[in-house]
Amino acid sequence: MRQLIAFAIIALCALSALAEENIATLRGHAPLTQEGEPPQIAKPMKDDVKKHRNYPMQPPVIPHNIQGYQVDLKVNKCLSCHARKRAEDAQAPMISVTHYMDRDGNFLADVSPRRYFCNQCHVSQTDARPLVENQFKDIDQILQDSGK
Amino acid sequence: MIDWIKNYWRILWRPSKHFSLAFLTVGGFIAGIVFWGGFNTGLELTNTEKFCISCHEMRDNVYQELRGTIHFNNRSGVRATCPDCHVPHEWTDKIARKMQASKEVWGKIFGTINTREKFENKRRELAEHEWKRLKSNDSLECRNCHNFDYMDFTKQGQRAVNQHSTALASGEKTCIDCHKGIAHELPDMAGVEGW
Repeated sequence: MRQLIAFAIIALCALSALAEENIATLRGHAPLTQEGEPPQIAKPMKDDVKKHRNYPMQPPVIPHNIQGYQVDLKVNKCLSCHARKRAEDAQAPMISVTHYMDRDGNFLADVSPRRYFCNQCHVSQTDARPLVENQFKDIDQILQDSGK
Repeated sequence: MIDWIKNYWRILWRPSKHFSLAFLTVGGFIAGIVFWGGFNTGLELTNTEKFCISCHEMRDNVYQELRGTIHFNNRSGVRATCPDCHVPHEWTDKIARKMQASKEVWGKIFGTINTREKFENKRRELAEHEWKRLKSNDSLECRNCHNFDYMDFTKQGQRAVNQHSTALASGEKTCIDCHKGIAHELPDMAGVEGW
């Protein structure tokens, strides 16, 4: 029994050592003693064109540059265009009514504090090549494919 | 006392006894050059970023905020220093602004914003001064570099074109109306138009 356990441990160690070589880390294949070549910094996408969702219930992504946008206790730059009272002047998509509700569904006069930090859910996109292909199909696509 | 002043007044208006007219005119001319040169050099010395951030109030607050923005750090390396935006370039306006700024010397001496907390409490007031100034001079300091006549709308984003070709072109709005907080952090904007 004891021999078996020892063998299992050795086998596991060997396996993990083997597996380790195939694990892609963020630093890539650069040896620990050397600096790797950093990837190019991707450019923000700023064409103002609304994008399709990449997975069910995905918060809409931001189709413009948001570099330097101040969102803190004092001020929220996003809401200066996307708040419902500002949407007409700015001609920006207004944030949904759910953002004006507390967690019990009661309406509030202004954006709910739990929705205040836009970037918790909504992010801008870059032109970086996706590491894996997205195979998400929305429900309409699935219905269409199944011929119904 | 009055006699004493009268006495000096008379001396000032009496023709010179010891100095020739040439000495007085040429001497006065040279002294004028030296005085004016010195004045202007001193003025220009206070018109540098180095001078501005020699006080910790500017160096630790507004200067640090500027550093991350496009006006400090960008692809082409052209940058704006403090006086480019905060001091008019025309001489008369500059002198008027400099006289106004003597209040800042008072503030420095009495430490009105000498801690981060005091500065944060004053941020809205200080920002409002600058918004008001830029609004009333039609964003003159912005326009020293950003000239509307040479803006190429085809190189701007769609949203920028929409605003610039209507509100800005008609003079209904000026730069600062939309571009607040472009170089420094914003204060609490409650009640500010457009926020």
